[in-house]
Amino acid sequence: MNKTKYWIGRAVKNIILAFFSILCVFPLIWVVIAATNSSVDIVRGVLTFGSHLAENYQTLISKYDLWGATWNTVKYSAVTTIVAMIVCSIAGYGFEVYHDKVKDKLFGVLMLTMMIPFVATMLPIYQTYAKFGLLNTTLGFILPSVSTVFLIMLFRQNSRNFPMDIIEAARIDGETELGIFFKMYVPTMKATYAAGATITFMNAWNNYMWARLIMSDNSAQTLRMLISNMTTGHYIDYGMLMLAVLISTLPTLIVFFALQKSFVEGMTGAVKG
Amino acid sequence: MKLTMKKRENLTGWAFLTPAVLLIIIMNFVPLFQALIMSFETGRTGKMTFTGLSNYTRILEDSRAADALKVTLEYVVITVPIIIGLALILAVLLNDPKLKLKGIYRTCIFVPAAVSMVASAVIFRSLFAADGFVNSVLINLGILDTGYNFLGHPTSARIILMVVRVWKMVGYQMIFFLAGLQSIDAGIYEAAKIDGATSLQQFFHITIPMLKPTMLFALVMSVNAAIQVYDESVNLTNGGPGNATMPIAHYIYNMAFGGVPNFGYACALSMIILVVVGILTMLQMRVGDKRE
Repeated sequence: MNKTKYWIGRAVKNIILAFFSILCVFPLIWVVIAATNSSVDIVRGVLTFGSHLAENYQTLISKYDLWGATWNTVKYSAVTTIVAMIVCSIAGYGFEVYHDKVKDKLFGVLMLTMMIPFVATMLPIYQTYAKFGLLNTTLGFILPSVSTVFLIMLFRQNSRNFPMDIIEAARIDGETELGIFFKMYVPTMKATYAAGATITFMNAWNNYMWARLIMSDNSAQTLRMLISNMTTGHYIDYGMLMLAVLISTLPTLIVFFALQKSFVEGMTGAVKG
Repeated sequence: MKLTMKKRENLTGWAFLTPAVLLIIIMNFVPLFQALIMSFETGRTGKMTFTGLSNYTRILEDSRAADALKVTLEYVVITVPIIIGLALILAVLLNDPKLKLKGIYRTCIFVPAAVSMVASAVIFRSLFAADGFVNSVLINLGILDTGYNFLGHPTSARIILMVVRVWKMVGYQMIFFLAGLQSIDAGIYEAAKIDGATSLQQFFHITIPMLKPTMLFALVMSVNAAIQVYDESVNLTNGGPGNATMPIAHYIYNMAFGGVPNFGYACALSMIILVVVGILTMLQMRVGDKRE
């Protein structure tokens, strides 16, 4: 009796998980299939791989500057991620290792920024950019997202696991504060860096509102803007569109799968708090 | 000697913080203050004049702004509980060492998180288009005679707008919950089992309380993200049909950069979102703290 109950429980669990797995994956499988079919076949509801991949690709690159947009997106996201990791990890370390009352209070004030919606600040930033010539620039893209409380918090929380004794010992050995940070802290915090970099890279790569606002030049466009533009016409070439969606999504998929394990590890430290 | 050491360390600490703190101030607090000032002004960029509360009184008479706010709140109130509830259930189901296909399930459910909102919206727009995949399947199955324009009808368009977010965010939240669950000591469950607690009792009396900090964080983040919904509405329906799927962030953007750009009015509207987000965050923090 108990055994049948156990097996029914098992089966129900697997059915629920399989059901949601399929729901989540199906639209993406459909994208992959659609990218290989002609628009006419996609509309007809074909669910098998077609032979139009090369044709879709030709249409795509003849109509849109796919690789230009890809390069821009790579550039903006990579620079954002690198700068954010440096700025936020050193700040998170600073807030934790040298913490005192004033710094703790300051952190509390910074936490308030989590409540500030970006739509409330984007218009003044846009105006300032227009004044200082920061529109259509990489610097302009990265500035609002390289220092976030979320990332500083991630590093601050994870710094708690970093033993103070080691820092004291290194100081006695005459190591500089910056040396301790770069030589000892950075190498031991790989998982945290992986988690932070994954999130930052994905957010930057997938950013749309901000890019659309400040990147008005065709040569500064991102992949998200390119895809969005493809749907504005009257006739939509679904094959080409889905190929573009696929190409623009692959990098984030690769980054995530490459860093999946350390992502979860780094996040665990942060949410445990 | 010791004091100077301490002092030097303290200064180093400040040096480490300064770049990040300055950036946050320049990119958050300063523009917020500027937006507040602009919300009391009207006119074109560079020639704005102070007109007091005129933008705010205009909001009260703007039925489209009220509609946009309603669409947004409805969207938040429906999507966030579904996302968090589903994510929690799936995380609990997955947090089972005896589950054979665990890795595959987890990967499948998480994958949409790596897809951008724009791409997600475009995928669902294609799937649910009048001549799209879903309609052809329904016609082939004999359920429909002709394609139903899902995105052309207010209710179905709003539902699909919500489906996009749920689809994309469930796996993302699930990863956080899974991480939280893995940090709960398995011994607690063992002890509860010995005391005869059912799985449901374990869920409500161990899992939920232990996950509370994670859930509170997830809730605040999800609400703040959903309230600013923009990418999806632009790329799924462009706010239509009519204004049926026009959330407030989208409306603000259109006010600021539409036919007659009006930064002052857009800033006043954004102050409304700020207040709503602030109130909601405070409420959640308070409710979250009370049960301690």
